[in-house]
Amino acid sequence: MAKDTINLSVNGIDYTFSIGDNFGQVPCNETLLDTLRNRLNLTAAKKACDEGACGCCTVIKDGDAVPSCMTLLADCDGCQITTLEGLSDPVTGELSELQQKFIDYYAFQCGFCTPGIIMTTKALLDKNPHPTEEEIRDALSGNYCRCISHYHVFEAVNAIAGRPEDLDEKWEGRR
Amino acid sequence: MNSISQSVPKRDHGEKVSGRAVYTADYPNTDLLTARVLRSTKPHAVIRDVAVPELPEGYFYVDHRDIPARNQVQMGLGDTPVFAVEEVRYIGDPIGLIVGPDPETVDRLLSEVIVKYEELPFINDPHKSDMNFFEYDYGKGDPDQKFQEADLIYEETFHTGAQEQAYLETQGMIAEPDPETGGVIVHGSMQCPFYLVSALEPVLDMEPGQLRVIQDVTGGGFGGKEDYPSVLACQTAVAALKTGKPVRIVLSREEDMTVTSKKHPSETKIRGALKDGKLTALDIDICYDSGAYSTLSMVVLQRGIISAPGVYKCDDIKVHGTAARTNVVPYGAYRGFGGAQVFFAIERFMDHLAEKAGLDPVDFKIANTAVQGDLTSTSGRYHFHVPIPEMTDQVMEAADYRRKQEEYSKPQDGRYRRGIGMSLCFHGDGFTGNGERDLIKAVVRMTKDTDDKAHIFVSSTDMGQGFFTSLPKIASRELEIPVEDIIYEMPDTHKTPDSGPTVASRSTMVVGELIRRASQKLKEEWVPGEEAEVYEHYTHPDFMIPFDISKFNGDAYPTFSWGVYCVEVLIDTLTGLVSLPGVWTSFDVGTPIDLNILTGQMEGGVMQSLGYSSMEQIPYDQSCRIRNNKFSDYLIPTASDYPDIHVMYCPVEYPHGPYGAKGAGELPAVGAPSAYAAAVEQAVGGLFAKIPITAEEVLNAVGRNA
Ligand code: FES
Ligand code: FES
Repeated sequence: MAKDTINLSVNGIDYTFSIGDNFGQVPCNETLLDTLRNRLNLTAAKKACDEGACGCCTVIKDGDAVPSCMTLLADCDGCQITTLEGLSDPVTGELSELQQKFIDYYAFQCGFCTPGIIMTTKALLDKNPHPTEEEIRDALSGNYCRCISHYHVFEAVNAIAGRPEDLDEKWEGRR
Repeated sequence: MNSISQSVPKRDHGEKVSGRAVYTADYPNTDLLTARVLRSTKPHAVIRDVAVPELPEGYFYVDHRDIPARNQVQMGLGDTPVFAVEEVRYIGDPIGLIVGPDPETVDRLLSEVIVKYEELPFINDPHKSDMNFFEYDYGKGDPDQKFQEADLIYEETFHTGAQEQAYLETQGMIAEPDPETGGVIVHGSMQCPFYLVSALEPVLDMEPGQLRVIQDVTGGGFGGKEDYPSVLACQTAVAALKTGKPVRIVLSREEDMTVTSKKHPSETKIRGALKDGKLTALDIDICYDSGAYSTLSMVVLQRGIISAPGVYKCDDIKVHGTAARTNVVPYGAYRGFGGAQVFFAIERFMDHLAEKAGLDPVDFKIANTAVQGDLTSTSGRYHFHVPIPEMTDQVMEAADYRRKQEEYSKPQDGRYRRGIGMSLCFHGDGFTGNGERDLIKAVVRMTKDTDDKAHIFVSSTDMGQGFFTSLPKIASRELEIPVEDIIYEMPDTHKTPDSGPTVASRSTMVVGELIRRASQKLKEEWVPGEEAEVYEHYTHPDFMIPFDISKFNGDAYPTFSWGVYCVEVLIDTLTGLVSLPGVWTSFDVGTPIDLNILTGQMEGGVMQSLGYSSMEQIPYDQSCRIRNNKFSDYLIPTASDYPDIHVMYCPVEYPHGPYGAKGAGELPAVGAPSAYAAAVEQAVGGLFAKIPITAEEVLNAVGRNA
C-alpha cells in the first residue's frame, strides 16, 4: 500500500505532505506538477499538454528527466527533485553555466519550452558530459518547441559538451 | 554587413532561463477565481435548456444574461457571440462559465451542468456551405483572349489542410474590476492589446479610459493569439464585473485545440495559358473553409487572392475567392495569413505546367518571374528590385540542385529513393491595401527620464519573435546610448499609444521605422538630466499607388519580402517515411535587424512549414469533432525530425523601413510546401497536389507507380 506521508526534497529543501482527502491533505491523484506549481509556487515547470507529450513540465527526479505532469506526488517519497528554479544560485541568483549557455546561444524564442528543455539537457549532461549530436537529439525528442529553437539548443549543448569547434563556422557574424 | 545586423543578447533571456518569467497561468490561484467554459457538444443546435446545479456560496454561473451591453465580439462581421444565446454553431462554442475559488470544484460543477439541445443539420464541407461570409472577384487584361491564343492550357486543383499554431503556452486571460475607473483591467497572453480594448468597449459599454489591457509574457502566438484573446477578454471581463473579483480562464490543451482559430483549409483551382514559354493568362478560383464564424477570414482571404498569382508576371488574370461558412472551429490567422495555401497551389501549378510543356521548372519559373517595374496582380507595381533570380542561384548552388535534380530524375527502383524540389514565394509587407493609413494610424511615444534612460511606449508585443530586443537596438543606434539604457515595458493600453497590432510582419518595418524617427527627435531634445517626450505618427509612403479594395486595384503592399526554398527528400518506400537530407533557403527581408533573432525566426518558420507539408493535419469525425485535439495525437516536428536547414539572406534594402528592413516573421512559413511536394513527387512519381503528404500518401503513390 502506498504510504500516506510523502517526504521529498525539492531544490534542496525538504517537504512533507500527507496524502488523503481531508482538509490540508494532498489528494492521491495529484501530480507532481500541480504540487510544484500550486503548493510550492514553483512555476517554472509549465503545463502545456498535461499528458506527457510535450516535455514543458520536465523536472529531474533522482537524476532522471521526467514529465512532472505524469508523475504522482504520491510516488515521490524519498525523492530528490530539481526544477529550473533550483539551477541558479539560491542566494545571489547567479545563473548556472548551462543557463548562461542558453542565453549565449539564443537557445529559445518565446521561452515557454525552455524550463523543460534545460532540465532535459541537464539530466543528459549530468549522466553523459560529452554527448554526440545524435544523443542530444534523442534526449530532446520528447520536448516540443514550436518556435523551433532546438537548433540553437544543440549549439548551446555542444558548447558546454566541449565541442565548440563545430560552431565557429555557423556562428560567424552572428555573435 | 550593416552593423545593426550584429546580434546583441536578448533582453528577456534572464527571466526566461531562470524560470522567473510570469506567464498568465503562473499567477497564484489564491487571489483569483477560476473560470471554466461550458461549451457546446453539438456542431449545430438550438439550446433548449441549460440546467445548472445548485452552486455553493462563492460560485457563479455566468452567461449572456450577464453581459452589460452587446453580446458580440468585435471581429469580422460581428457574428461571434461572447456567449451563445439560442444557437450553437460548432463543437466548443461557448455557452457560459462556471466561476469560483477552487478549480476542482469548478470542474466538478461544470461536469454537472446539463444542456438540452435540439440538433440542427450541420455543414462539414465548404462546397455544401449555405453561406459565403465573403466573396471577391477581380482581374485585369483579357484572359479569355489569351486562353484562345495559347499554345497550351493546363488546369489543376490543389488542396491544403488546416494547421494548428500549437504555441506551447495555451491561451489564458485574467480580468479584474478596476475600482479607480469602475471598469476592468485585463491581462493575458496576446498579440494585439488594442484589439481587446475595441472588443471590450461595446460588450461592456465602457470608454477606453475604463478598459486597461496589459500583455503578460506570451509563450508563442504564430497568429493564433491575434483574434481569440478578444473572446477570452470579453468572457473574463463579464465574469469579473459580475463577481467583483479577478477571474482567470486558462484553456487546457484539448480546449485550446478545439476552439481557437487555425490555418484555413483551402481548395484552389488554377487554369493557366502558355504561349512561347510565357505564362499568359491565369484563371484562379479559391475557397477557404472559414468555419462557424467570420472572424479574420475577410483579411485572410484578401491576402490569399492578391497573392494567388505568385511571383509571376501575368497581365491577364481573373481571380475569384470565397470564404465559406461551415460548422467547425472558426479558422483565422496563422503566420503567413492566407499565403501558404495559394503559394502551394501556384508553385505546384507552375511545376506541372512546365512538365507538360517539356520545360525545366526552375528555368520556366525564373523566365516568368516579375521584375522591378512590372505590374502586381492588382495592377500596383513592384517598386523595388525583385531578387528572386539571384536567390534562386544562391540556393541552387548551395544545394547542388542541378546535379541532384538530374541524377534523381533517372529511374529509381531501390527501397530508398531521393528527390529534390524548389519553390518561390513572397510575402506582402504590412497590412493589405490602405490599412496602415486608414485603419491602424500607428503612433509611438518615447520619453527620456532624469537618469538619461530612454523609454519606448508601443503596443507591439514580443511573443518570442524578439521585438523587445530589436526595437531597443534601433533606438540605441539613433540615440547613441547603450541598449541597456533603453526601457521597453510590457504593452499597457493606458501607457502606450496604439502603434497597431503585432501582425502582418509589420512591426519591424512600420513600428521600427517610427521608433527610429522618434529616437532622432528625442535626440534633438536631449538635455542630460532633464525629461523629454516625443510622439511619432505613421506616414504613408508617397510612392504608393492608392489601393481600391472594391476593385482590388493599386498597390496592395508597399513592398514584398521574398523567399526561395529547396528541399531534398530521402524516402523509405517500405514505410513511406520521408527524411530530409537538407533544406536550403534564401530570404530577402531587407536589412536584418539582428541576425540571431532573424535566423531563429527563419528556421522556425521553415520547420513549421515543413510540418504543414508532411505531418500536421486536423481530421474531423462524422459529427464535426476534431479527432486529434491533443499533443499526443497532433504531431509536430521535434528535434529528431529536424533537417539541416541552411538559411541565407539576399537583402534588398527598403528605403522606408529602419536601415532598409522589411517584414520577416511570416515569410519563412509561406513557401516550403511546394518544394517538399516536388521532391516527394520526383522520388516516388505521381502528381502531388495536396498537403499534408503523410507517410500513407507516400505509400499510396509508391503502390500506384510500382
Ligand atoms: S505538460 Fe507534461 S509533458 Fe506536456
Ligand atoms: S522557444 Fe517557444 S516553444 Fe520553444
